[in-house]
Amino acid sequence: MSALARNARVVRALGMRSVRQTFRRPQLMAPIVVFPTLLLAIQTGGAGSAVELPGFPPVQSFLQFMLAGAMMQSLMLAGNSGGIALAVDLEMGFTDRLFTAPIPRFAIVLGRLAGTAALGLLASLWFLAIGLLFGAEIHSGLAGALIAVFLVTATAMAVGGIGAAIALRTGSASVVQGLFPLVLVILFLSTAFFPEGLMIEPARTIAAYNPLSFVVEGIRNPIIADVDGGELLEAVLAIAGIVALGLALSARALRHRLRVG
Amino acid sequence: MPAASGAIVVEGLERRFGDVLAVRGVDLEVGEGEIYGFLGPNGAGKTTTVRMLTTLLLPSGGSATVAGHDVVREARAVRSSIGVALQEAALDPLMTGRELIRLQATLQGLPGGEGRRRADALLGRVGLTAAADRRVGGYSGGMKRRLDLAAALVHGPRVLFLDEPTTGLDPVSRKTIWEEVRALNDEGTTVFLTTQYLEEADRLADRVGIIDSGRIVAGGTPESLKAEIGHPHIELQLAEGSIALAEEVCAAVGRLLPPRDGRTVLVEVENGAADIPRAVRALDEAGIAVESLELVRPTLDDVFVAKTGYHLEEEDGEAERGAVPA
Repeated sequence: MSALARNARVVRALGMRSVRQTFRRPQLMAPIVVFPTLLLAIQTGGAGSAVELPGFPPVQSFLQFMLAGAMMQSLMLAGNSGGIALAVDLEMGFTDRLFTAPIPRFAIVLGRLAGTAALGLLASLWFLAIGLLFGAEIHSGLAGALIAVFLVTATAMAVGGIGAAIALRTGSASVVQGLFPLVLVILFLSTAFFPEGLMIEPARTIAAYNPLSFVVEGIRNPIIADVDGGELLEAVLAIAGIVALGLALSARALRHRLRVG
Repeated sequence: MPAASGAIVVEGLERRFGDVLAVRGVDLEVGEGEIYGFLGPNGAGKTTTVRMLTTLLLPSGGSATVAGHDVVREARAVRSSIGVALQEAALDPLMTGRELIRLQATLQGLPGGEGRRRADALLGRVGLTAAADRRVGGYSGGMKRRLDLAAALVHGPRVLFLDEPTTGLDPVSRKTIWEEVRALNDEGTTVFLTTQYLEEADRLADRVGIIDSGRIVAGGTPESLKAEIGHPHIELQLAEGSIALAEEVCAAVGRLLPPRDGRTVLVEVENGAADIPRAVRALDEAGIAVESLELVRPTLDDVFVAKTGYHLEEEDGEAERGAVPA
């Protein structure tokens, strides 16, 4: 077996463990599925007439508009939950088992991210199913749905990298958990739940430069309109930036952990 | 078993945490097929040393090789050669025992089929077949340690590191672990065992090293260490009468040791059991009534006391400094 195949097998095994861990620990699953679903139901039910505001993008329904926001919230919390789970592994010494195995140490992070990506995939399918069930159309059809699923999955992995880096640096589940409100603040300062054109300053400017806005618009675009190559490219670049940041911070945190023990 | 070069060679190993030098120039050598007992109280530097030898922590100074590989420059090769069961059993309570061992097999690069076979065999070996599909969170302390040990063995390591493998276990579970360690050693596995239980080191280890405040203060076979610190002593408890008179009589039999209380006389004898009749006759002739008399051979605790100046309390694992009269 080649080294690459062997490492891929390790990443897959660790990713599967990560997914199983999430399903077996309700407190990790709830933020990924239950909270975003409830928020989607409340917002859609309570603020559905927002689509009639001047400047609101043309959409079939408010639910159609909100699906991307719900997916973003879910994947952000999946990344946060992944960070918490990694920190718990550090606290209980499970990562020592991994660090003493003859595998590249980065496979440990990639395994965790593979699990987070799988959760992102499941979340995207869940919200697309909910949208279709309650009458939302996927404007660009199957191709658009696949683009949305791909972007959500990739973003979950990217955000998970940031969570993993914080977990590796601090080794504390409570610190990672403490970032939960911050995740929501960053998300609310994007176009996840409200169109940029209807925001007031300074939120409007912040949202315009928030990388998450580019990702949200990339996910939303094929759901509410024909696929726009420019928006898709911007989303992919934003995700690539978050991936690069997460991996760089994780690599640095891993080195630090080996130094301090 | 005599030490031979090979399995673990440590020279001047140091580890600093800020201003604290936790491990101060440790030198030791463990031969192939040996069980080496690393003995010391909490905070002595045992776990820090093990973490460096298992590549979990970079040394601040010195060098170490495990299975012939440098722990810094050839860390990956070291990791392929070792099995590790750390102090707190590093288990995921949400996994089943079978899932954990299969994951460990994957981490060690075993092909799927072989990994599954090894997992089943090891679960059977440590008596966990019936519990293999239960989540680890529901296991007892002894079951967790046995699972941890099985996971450490999945790839047939040359060197096995066990960091306080029986701490907190009941006597039956402790004995089971001891038997398994002995069996593994009989199969040729070198075992580096840290412990704060003197009995554990005495029963299992071919050689022991005593570490205190980050330094090795003694090393050798348990028997040689005991012999080094002195001869057996007779311990007699007086039923009645003057301890001063008893001591005067016993002084003719051997060397008096500092008394422990007002009713016990301790006298070191050169010839062991052969000196007992002489002591009994002398006491009888002096009319001293004795409640009990026994020959006490030196233990590792005596060695520990002689080398560090305090007892290694076995009950709660805490060292009791300053408890020994000077």
